[in-house]
Amino acid sequence: MKYYLSALLLITAQMTSADPYAGMSPEEKGLAIANAADERTNGFIDSSANMRMILTNKYGQSSERELRVRAMEVANDGDKSMTIFDTPADVKGTALLTYSHKVKDDDQWLYLPAVKRVKRMSSSNKSGPFMGSEFSFEDMGSQEVEKYTWKYLRDETIADKEAYVLERVPVNKRSGYTRQILWTYKNELYPIKIDFYDRKKSLLKTLTFNDYKQYKNKFWRAHDMNMVNHQTGKKTQLLWSDISYENDFKDSDFTKNSLKRLR
Amino acid sequence: MRYGVLLALLLALTPAASAEIRGYFALESRSYLENADYGQDNQQNSFVFEPEYYFEGESSLFTAQLFVREDSMDDERSHADIRELSWLYYSDDWELRLGISKVFWGVAESQHLVDIINQTDAVENVDGEDKLGQPMINLTLIRDWGNVDLFVLPYFRERTFTGVDGRFRAPFIVDDTLTSYASSDEERHIDTAIRWSSTLGDWDIGIGHFSGTSREPRFLLTPQNPQPVLAPHYTTIDQTSLDVQATIDSWLWKLELISNSGFDVDRYTAAVFGFEYSFYDIAESGIDIGWILEYQFDDRKEDYAGLPQLDTVVIGSRIAWNDEQSTELLIGAGINEIDNIFWNIEASRRIGDSWKLALEARIISGIDDSQLLESPLFSVRNDSFVQLNLAYYF
Repeated sequence: MKYYLSALLLITAQMTSADPYAGMSPEEKGLAIANAADERTNGFIDSSANMRMILTNKYGQSSERELRVRAMEVANDGDKSMTIFDTPADVKGTALLTYSHKVKDDDQWLYLPAVKRVKRMSSSNKSGPFMGSEFSFEDMGSQEVEKYTWKYLRDETIADKEAYVLERVPVNKRSGYTRQILWTYKNELYPIKIDFYDRKKSLLKTLTFNDYKQYKNKFWRAHDMNMVNHQTGKKTQLLWSDISYENDFKDSDFTKNSLKRLR
Repeated sequence: MRYGVLLALLLALTPAASAEIRGYFALESRSYLENADYGQDNQQNSFVFEPEYYFEGESSLFTAQLFVREDSMDDERSHADIRELSWLYYSDDWELRLGISKVFWGVAESQHLVDIINQTDAVENVDGEDKLGQPMINLTLIRDWGNVDLFVLPYFRERTFTGVDGRFRAPFIVDDTLTSYASSDEERHIDTAIRWSSTLGDWDIGIGHFSGTSREPRFLLTPQNPQPVLAPHYTTIDQTSLDVQATIDSWLWKLELISNSGFDVDRYTAAVFGFEYSFYDIAESGIDIGWILEYQFDDRKEDYAGLPQLDTVVIGSRIAWNDEQSTELLIGAGINEIDNIFWNIEASRRIGDSWKLALEARIISGIDDSQLLESPLFSVRNDSFVQLNLAYYF
């Protein structure tokens, strides 16, 4: 009996290493892959990065924005984050504090330096543009597994590497999307490309992730993200730099009070 | 001056990590739509400069901000002010701010009832949103159950008033050389304030108490040659306040409530309450439209200045295009009990990376000549204006 059991375990283990998702429905497999990918982003403690946002219209004219983003991991909930706006000059010193949540709406406060006022904001704006860019608030927000229902579609080979193709449908009814198709490498489990379908179910935007580097031997970060709007011809590029982890951020760095002293 | 020495000392002890200068220059042109009662001009141009310098140390921040306006029409509106000259030290559970600074309390859009720490820079605009720098010691205690702010305000700033050539003035000129105080300490009366504030889920709540010199003066009609003037008189008050915002879905529910000990006479109560509801990304255009409805209540018959106090309903709409140029429009109308209407239009758009063009209009309508004693807006009924402001940010 003992012999049989250990043999069975051995076979199961071998099967697991061959295909951990064998026997799952496409929905179960999609969710399992999403959870496995999410697991790879856990344990970052805190992070800091600079972002350059390049907005290009259909005539090729472009303008830029610069932001700094600081984030802190919260156990059993979404992250806390602080976004500080550096350019254009008229919004300099404006800062946004977000307590993101897995399912319920995020809590957000905006600091307006001209009147030294902290305003609590509604976070029900999901589909609207973030700073006039092709990224919406939901694209910029914390990407929690729970915010979507998942489905595995197929395997594909991209640049000689094995990839999963997943479909995810936003849970929130205010989302601007009916579904998203996401390509992710099997090995590293980071996203390569996302297609966004609008409320009329037509292809709206494509986001591609480039220039990945690994931090702390664990966390893969794309340094170049490119969002193209197929319907308007506009695009927005996000260039990330100065990414750092474990900056010793504290809870007190992510409060309404700390919004007022960010520079 | 004493603050200057203290700040210089603190600066010397603070290792600078990063320092920067930022701010803006602006040209402003205001056209009044009707002739004034007292022969003032109809065209007012001005230049504004507001630079800010700061440097960050380890757990500390020094900020200096200067404001200068040069005005073509009104000598009293040409003025300079130190908006900020403060040193902040912060740790995990407390913060200390010393020097001249600005503090905002409140949640409402149409009126700032509970906001009492800073004096209003009244020559700037009629909305009361511009404030003079206030000398203060502000200790913030950060606790799980909320923040407690303690203020000691050692020097009082007098309100600024329109001069003889300016618009938005009463028949008599305010002469601030005749300023008087109920307290024998006058402007050196040490005012104090305390405020608890916290976030409880969807609710942001603040309860405050202020004890000291009223930011709003009474006016004493004083005989002078060739005609009488108004002498500002600042009483000593106690004011307790509550401000609450509930942020639920696309609704912002707001309440500001004060109980003020008043001057000489009875305690009074005033409130502003209402909501803002937003429709986001309308028809996938990226455009947001918000609706604002607020009610302003005051149980007095007359305000501090002796003007009739009327309840007012404010209805407004805020449109944000969320485009590359951050185009925005705010239209509002305040309608009082005798149907006087105060229209407010504010629109702005960025030009290139560093310029911003703003249009502002304040239109006062619905006041007839029989309302001299009934309407708080009677003396400014001909002061409707349209203004363009072009600012360069650096």
